[in-house]
Amino acid sequence: MEILDLIMQIYVFVLAIFVGFELITKVPPTLHTPLMSGSNAISGITIVGALIVAGEGQNMLSTILGLVALIFATINVVGGYLVTDRMLKMFKKK
Amino acid sequence: MQIVSYIIYLIASILFIFGIKKLGSPKTARQGNMLSSIGMLLAVVITLFDHMIITYEWIIAGLIIGSLIGSLMALKVQMTGMPQMVGLLNGFGGGASAVVALGEFFKVDTPNFEINIIITIVLSVLIGAVTFTGSFIAFGKLQGIVTGKVVKYPLQNTINVLLFVVVLAAGVFLIVDQTQIELLLGIVAVSLLLGVLLVLPIGGADMPVAVSLLNSYSGIAASMTGFVISNNMLIIAGALVGASGIILTLIMCRGMNRSLMNVVLGGWESAGAGGAAAGGGEQKPHKSIDSEELAMLFDSASSVVIVPGYGMAVAQAQHAIRDLANILESKGIKVRFAIHPVAGRMPGHMNVLLAEAQVSYDKLYALEDINDDFPNTDVVFVVGANDVVNPAARHDQASPIYGMPILNVDYSKTVIVNKRSMNVGYAGIDNELFYLDNTLMYFGDAKDAISKLVNEIKEL
Repeated sequence: MEILDLIMQIYVFVLAIFVGFELITKVPPTLHTPLMSGSNAISGITIVGALIVAGEGQNMLSTILGLVALIFATINVVGGYLVTDRMLKMFKKK
Repeated sequence: MQIVSYIIYLIASILFIFGIKKLGSPKTARQGNMLSSIGMLLAVVITLFDHMIITYEWIIAGLIIGSLIGSLMALKVQMTGMPQMVGLLNGFGGGASAVVALGEFFKVDTPNFEINIIITIVLSVLIGAVTFTGSFIAFGKLQGIVTGKVVKYPLQNTINVLLFVVVLAAGVFLIVDQTQIELLLGIVAVSLLLGVLLVLPIGGADMPVAVSLLNSYSGIAASMTGFVISNNMLIIAGALVGASGIILTLIMCRGMNRSLMNVVLGGWESAGAGGAAAGGGEQKPHKSIDSEELAMLFDSASSVVIVPGYGMAVAQAQHAIRDLANILESKGIKVRFAIHPVAGRMPGHMNVLLAEAQVSYDKLYALEDINDDFPNTDVVFVVGANDVVNPAARHDQASPIYGMPILNVDYSKTVIVNKRSMNVGYAGIDNELFYLDNTLMYFGDAKDAISKLVNEIKEL
């Protein structure tokens, strides 16, 4: 059964890659830096996994690992979105 | 409750997709980033209600520490330091994915995971750890802490392939016998080392490729974590980022007419050595111009194209350039900017700096949009760009940059090149543009030289 689950997840993965290709090829070069930092913030979605590992309270080792992961992921998410917003604020047309 | 959180995760995924879609235009980009961050917030909040979470003190500590560090970094960083910033953030993202996978593995006393979970734990650790150390090396190179040169050592590729095989073999053994915890620790150690060794050979000006590629890895690592914790939202978000990084990587490679392999393996090294030797020899004649004459030249032009390069970022000259553009426009001169895809140290680097200096984005032109227009341009002003305007790329088959798409600035009536000296550019080769009849060298630090030029124009 778990193999079927895995295949369903691979479906999702492959389709999302196609969506990503479609979307990103339309982003103009002028916005490539904010695209990188903005998509980078999205990759911080692993924060969801970090929250669960840090909060499950299974054993000391996994809790500490969870805390480290959570700090890393939060830096990625908060830093990524803020810096992207800072950049995009500057793109103006006179 | 499970159903509610699944629905929220779906909504978050949709917000990420719309967020990236809106990044497709400068008008909607900021709104897109906002949508994407709302998706992230929803995902975090609903996860806090997950029935698996029983203690909150570590979570609160982690969120506070991470938010403080993240916002400090984001608010303090200078626009010229953006490549380093993105490199660092990538590293944290990749590191987080690897550590989440480790935490999943160690939360049970005797690991006995389903095959799909243990496979993705190994992949998540491998990709995440490579991204982690690789990004920090990239950061070091961009910041000047680690050498920006192409680093070569004997058997480099053999060692990397060997290390990769070791990780895969250890992974297979771990899948067969999950109690061999040392194997997982070995995978962590070798992956961290691999990240260092993969990025170290890449030269400074190839960093746009390296940073884009690491961006892609951090996304794929997040996807793998999604497989580990069976969460489709992570798989989708990670895949979007993975695709984004790969596309940018390919655009950068195309901008240099090089294969990804060539960049990753630290190409151009032989050219660097040969060119430096040649450059040390004879001095070919070139013409130079001072600020007063240059002011008059600009004054008599009717259309000007400015070509910025990494040198503009180093000299922090973007504001001076904006002043120049403004004063020329006030005289009725048409001013545009031509930006090569690999100018600077990351994709779009020049655009962000010019946006910071309040240059309107509709004046920034990509290579293919402006290249046919150079013959109708009176004055091209090259500031801190070198290899991307070298005509040798068009005709000199012996040149290491032969075939690279360049800005055809030499087709314009007059080319002004601002440089500090006649030194060679990143590729280590002499630039024949500097010796053409229609090229004038304007020496000096970009910021000072341009400010001086602006003053001269004011006095006309």
